[in-house]
Amino acid sequence: MELIKIATAGSVDDGKSTLIGRLLYETGALKTDQIQHIEEKSAARGFGYLDLSLATDGLLTEREQGITIDVSHIFFSTPKRRFIIADSPGHVEYTRNMVTGSSTAQASIILLDARKGVIEQTKRHFFITQLLGIKHIIFAVNKMDLVDYSQEVFDEIKTALSTLVDKHGAKGVRYHYTPVSALFNENIVHPSDKLDWFVGAPLLRLIESIPIEKNKAKDTAFQLQYVIRPKREDLHDYRGFAGNVRSGRFEVGDQIDIHPSGRKSQIKRIERYGEAVQTLEAGENGTLLLADEVDASRGDSFIKADASINEGKNIQATFCWMQDNPMAVGNKYWLQQGVQRSLVKVKHIDAKIDLEALENTATDLLSLNDIGTGGLTLAQSIATKPYAENPALGAFIMIDPNTFNTAGVGFIEAV
Amino acid sequence: MSTRKQLEEESIYIIREVAGQFDNPCLLFSGGKDSITLLHLARKAFAPATIPFPLVHIDTGHNFPETIELRDKLVAEYGLRLIVGSVQDDIDAGNVLEEKGRHASRNSLQTTTLLNTIERYKFDACMGGARRDEEKARAKERVFSVRDDFGQWNEKLQRPELFDMLNGMIHNGENVRVFPISNWTELDVWHYIREEKLEIPSIYYAHEREVFLRDNQWMPVSDFVQVADSDKRQLTSVRFRTVGDMSCTAAVLSTATQLDNIIEEIDGSDFSERGARMDDKRSEAAMEERKKVGYF
Repeated sequence: MELIKIATAGSVDDGKSTLIGRLLYETGALKTDQIQHIEEKSAARGFGYLDLSLATDGLLTEREQGITIDVSHIFFSTPKRRFIIADSPGHVEYTRNMVTGSSTAQASIILLDARKGVIEQTKRHFFITQLLGIKHIIFAVNKMDLVDYSQEVFDEIKTALSTLVDKHGAKGVRYHYTPVSALFNENIVHPSDKLDWFVGAPLLRLIESIPIEKNKAKDTAFQLQYVIRPKREDLHDYRGFAGNVRSGRFEVGDQIDIHPSGRKSQIKRIERYGEAVQTLEAGENGTLLLADEVDASRGDSFIKADASINEGKNIQATFCWMQDNPMAVGNKYWLQQGVQRSLVKVKHIDAKIDLEALENTATDLLSLNDIGTGGLTLAQSIATKPYAENPALGAFIMIDPNTFNTAGVGFIEAV
Repeated sequence: MSTRKQLEEESIYIIREVAGQFDNPCLLFSGGKDSITLLHLARKAFAPATIPFPLVHIDTGHNFPETIELRDKLVAEYGLRLIVGSVQDDIDAGNVLEEKGRHASRNSLQTTTLLNTIERYKFDACMGGARRDEEKARAKERVFSVRDDFGQWNEKLQRPELFDMLNGMIHNGENVRVFPISNWTELDVWHYIREEKLEIPSIYYAHEREVFLRDNQWMPVSDFVQVADSDKRQLTSVRFRTVGDMSCTAAVLSTATQLDNIIEEIDGSDFSERGARMDDKRSEAAMEERKKVGYF
């Protein structure tokens, strides 16, 4: 069965936790003891209905305040597909959590409150899906029960969303618009009588059927995680380079370049967990044994000789900043792309995006939750591609050298 | 790529990151199905070499004997290094106070022993078999979860985890808890055990055992649980769905003696996996509270 990761985000009170609780409930992911627990809690709070949001908000402070603070990973499945929902808070101060939750998603559900329509947070979430290159965006207009399931209200919101998409939407992205009431289970699992004017699949059926896009980049690159050297007589000369294929496909006999040393060699043998195989594909782990006694260590890349990879010491990128200490010109950080690391210095910061107006404004500082553009100088060149061409080689994190916190994330535009 | 293969690849990638990024990692091994799965993944990750880190067992002294037997067998078979942190030692040394009464359990005492063991051996990363589908506080946990000098989890200051890039940079004295099978479900673990033909402790299979009903849970009769005269003991066919301390792990009525039956049973079960864990039932946030003070 296929696995799809879907990001959701929403602001306080737009019913996101209820929607996810609903999906869990309807797909049978909530077990009897958990439902009993929700029944008891709902009754204790004086609700006349099942407060399904109680199924997801996992932290004490979240339950206290009735909001989502951190990304939660929620699992459910239908006979057709398995789902991991990365549920993140939608509020402006949690932009970084939204980026985090969305980073591994193949689709995104942007939730709107039918009474409020497109708000700033809708735009922010939309912008983040564009930044991450998510290929399927579902605009789910929730709380339709509070607007009498009105087609007019939905159409108005849809028009506003279409304007947003036309102006800022990337090519190659599919947009879906769907009205729902998570609280009353309308158009979630089954077509709704109350929304009989709506033509399209209910939400669950939609996320069951959207195609999962793969990284089609052909640049064949492998990143070395760990050198395996068994301390055994019979394997005295064994040096296995264990790692992961970021993109492309390797075959026994391939000529490779080792980055950053520039040395060349040939793949003599490929093993997967001790057993020989002929090929290794994107996303697969493997252990490569080379024809020559070359030096390679953790963080190095093996690149197929005919691949076009950028190796440079200057990077232009879009950043999302994730810590309190701002990113400023002259600051130093560790950059980590996959498993390769280099020290970097911020050379220039050009602009940040005003997420309300979706326009650039000039700045020389990126603060917590800012999204903006700038340039870095690297101490050591890394093997990359622009994010738009190859997501597996084009995204990186920035690590604060003092706190070691993950300070931000970057998306390479040019090397 | 099938889901299970995808999960296996992800886990092995994480395990190799641990070996690559840390000086002195370890694998927390309870002898339950999740840590057996984790051990198997680690063996695959470094084949044909042996696993480059030790197993650490935090021993409450209230173990199921079947679990310890299998632990020792695996250690011998794969040439592993085993470190045991003993809760009994910490009780004897006066570091922790044993709980009293009918509901006494050593589950929460494990935290002190775990932290002491980490400190004694200077581990900078501890891998564990926790999964996000188990419990809602665990659903919030990162794959690399940084703990401070006191072993505490600060749920509001978790590092953002983007794509598959894992940041294991820490200061001296801090450590990272790593959860390579975060994205697996209980059923994934069972399917994997069947596919990879892994040996698990016999208590996971249905067997005759003396149990008694307490708070609607079938508790095993053992030296570690206070059974009142009013508790009705009976011999019946049960199995365990999770394996923790004998004092806090309830059995489920079952006749599943084969993996196929177990998988069928779990697939059709009306109850969640940790529904039979008394340690979680203590309060709404039992797991979160334990995690904040250093529980795994």
